[in-house]
Amino acid sequence: MWRLGKLAFVTAFLFASAGHVLGQAKSESPRNYGIGKIATPEQIAGWDIDVRPDGQGAPPGHGSVKEGEKVYMDKCAACHGEFGESAGRWPQLAQGKGTLASNDPVKTVGSYFPYLSSVFDYIRRAMPFGDAQSLTNDELYAVVAYVLNLNDIVDDKFVLSQETWGKVKMPNQGGFFDDDRETTEKAFWNSNPCIQNCRDPVTITGRARAVDVTPDEATKKRGAE
Amino acid sequence: MKTPTDRSTRRRFLAGVAGFTAASAAGARAGGAENLPPNVPAWTRQLGDGVGLRAYGNPSKYEKEVIRRTVPWLTATPESSVSFTPLHALDGIITPNGLCFERHHGGVAEIDPDDYRLMLHGLVEKPLIFTLDDLKRLPRVNKIYFLECAANSGMEWRGAQLNGCQYTHGMVHCVQYTGVSLKVLLAQAGVKANAKWIMAEGGDAAAMNRSIPIEKALDDCMVAYRMNGEMLRPEQGYPARLVVPGWEGNVWVKWLRRLKVGDQPWFTREETAKYTDLLENGRARQFTFVMDAKSVITSPSPQAPLKQKGFNVISGLAWSGRGRVKHVDISLDGGRNWRTARIDGPVFDKACVRFYSELDWNGEPLLLQSRAMDETGYVQPGKDALRKIRGVNSIYHNNGIQTWAVKPNGEVENVEVG
Repeated sequence: MWRLGKLAFVTAFLFASAGHVLGQAKSESPRNYGIGKIATPEQIAGWDIDVRPDGQGAPPGHGSVKEGEKVYMDKCAACHGEFGESAGRWPQLAQGKGTLASNDPVKTVGSYFPYLSSVFDYIRRAMPFGDAQSLTNDELYAVVAYVLNLNDIVDDKFVLSQETWGKVKMPNQGGFFDDDRETTEKAFWNSNPCIQNCRDPVTITGRARAVDVTPDEATKKRGAE
Repeated sequence: MKTPTDRSTRRRFLAGVAGFTAASAAGARAGGAENLPPNVPAWTRQLGDGVGLRAYGNPSKYEKEVIRRTVPWLTATPESSVSFTPLHALDGIITPNGLCFERHHGGVAEIDPDDYRLMLHGLVEKPLIFTLDDLKRLPRVNKIYFLECAANSGMEWRGAQLNGCQYTHGMVHCVQYTGVSLKVLLAQAGVKANAKWIMAEGGDAAAMNRSIPIEKALDDCMVAYRMNGEMLRPEQGYPARLVVPGWEGNVWVKWLRRLKVGDQPWFTREETAKYTDLLENGRARQFTFVMDAKSVITSPSPQAPLKQKGFNVISGLAWSGRGRVKHVDISLDGGRNWRTARIDGPVFDKACVRFYSELDWNGEPLLLQSRAMDETGYVQPGKDALRKIRGVNSIYHNNGIQTWAVKPNGEVENVEVG
């Protein structure tokens, strides 16, 4: 898709050039209207919380697995379970290795997340659920270290910080590839789709009623008639 | 957790039958005949409410069942959950604001517009902060786009699950947005030459963040503050959201507080652990932004059964993230034979279209399907064709052809055919 993206960009550029030749002002870069105030470094610092896979954006601070265990038990275990096994329907954080190709894939930090930053950035911005952005930097590093430890990615003595960031290797980093639908699903582009006798007479092979998981309230209207 | 009981299933079945029978016998309504000719109903003899009583008008009280609905067993908590658009009860292409499905990850943020700020920084010449009034002073555009959650129909990968198109397809809506082109907004800060990606971030309790290629950002994206003429609803990101036409709903960041320009994607949790499409071999597609062509017959459907024999209208909705919907076919026999449906109303780029097909029905069982084609030549595939390539663990991007079984009594059920 990146190639296609570039192609679209080039096409847009060519189109813009043609427009310019025809004297259409529309193709010009948008003008600067002088609207918006300069964002100060202090303002940016308060909101600039994103962290990339290479560690860019990671704040100063550090935290050990041991320190993280306390944070986790206090603030995370009620939903995610003491061992990351999940309580109820809340996300499971640990285990699940070797399940991705099975009939019941279990996606956890250890089995699925590709980068340390994917976990770190998310916890930093959105966790604990209902008390977002309340952890200190040290607590954040510590609790991430603990979750990595629950997944056997780091040992019990590990201390996470900017310095040790690069030492964390996520097991499923190689498990992803860019959208390839335009090649692997090329058959779905078809200018002459079948109209008549496209398949043998069909039979019903499954019914939603047999599964019976639809909320009942959906049909109250007719029940009242 | 399978909530409905056998008893409720039976009641639903009986209700469907009763509705059909009652409607067939002309005039035999539960409400009695006092309002029907030759009698003169009360609403003709007496004055109604004066103006002002309904300062912000609501639908008729008789439409109270036309609401967003939830599937409680789907999620751990309502703050990170979904409610579904009642597609079966709507027509045309525009979704009323109060019925647009909701998908929040940290509840609905209630933002004071005076305290709203949008930060634009990163690889730009000068980082900027905009107020809502600033956004409104920039040149405006009006565009109608569909928005579909990548997980729409996600419960149907392993077979027919939910019995209603509100639940199988209700994570889509289509409204008119008013706002500023993202290209214009970015130009105010001046994007640097090495910019490749842009990260959008919400100001809600999930601070949802997603990476978007700069080509898309400079193409047709918007920062919108109005939907269908009025300000965005809180559930849709008031006071401003990102509009990313044709792409999965998750990247249309609501309560937009920050745009950061960068030279590589961020690989956030929402574009790695979530919103990636796990295939049968255990590897997953990432950055599957585009929503492929899709359609569904909204009526008849399980929540909107056929009530009378004779002439009936089949109504449905189609959309494509790759451009305009060019053509829609419908089938009465589970995809064996197809006929052209009639698209009625406007056809916009990356927007919903409404299609119809008229039907003389004498109570014969039907297996209704619809099939959308877009201007790129993409044809909506059958569910088995999709499964053959993707397996059943994808969760996201299920655009397979839906089958509704119509029974002789007019009841409709979500089924799979083979």
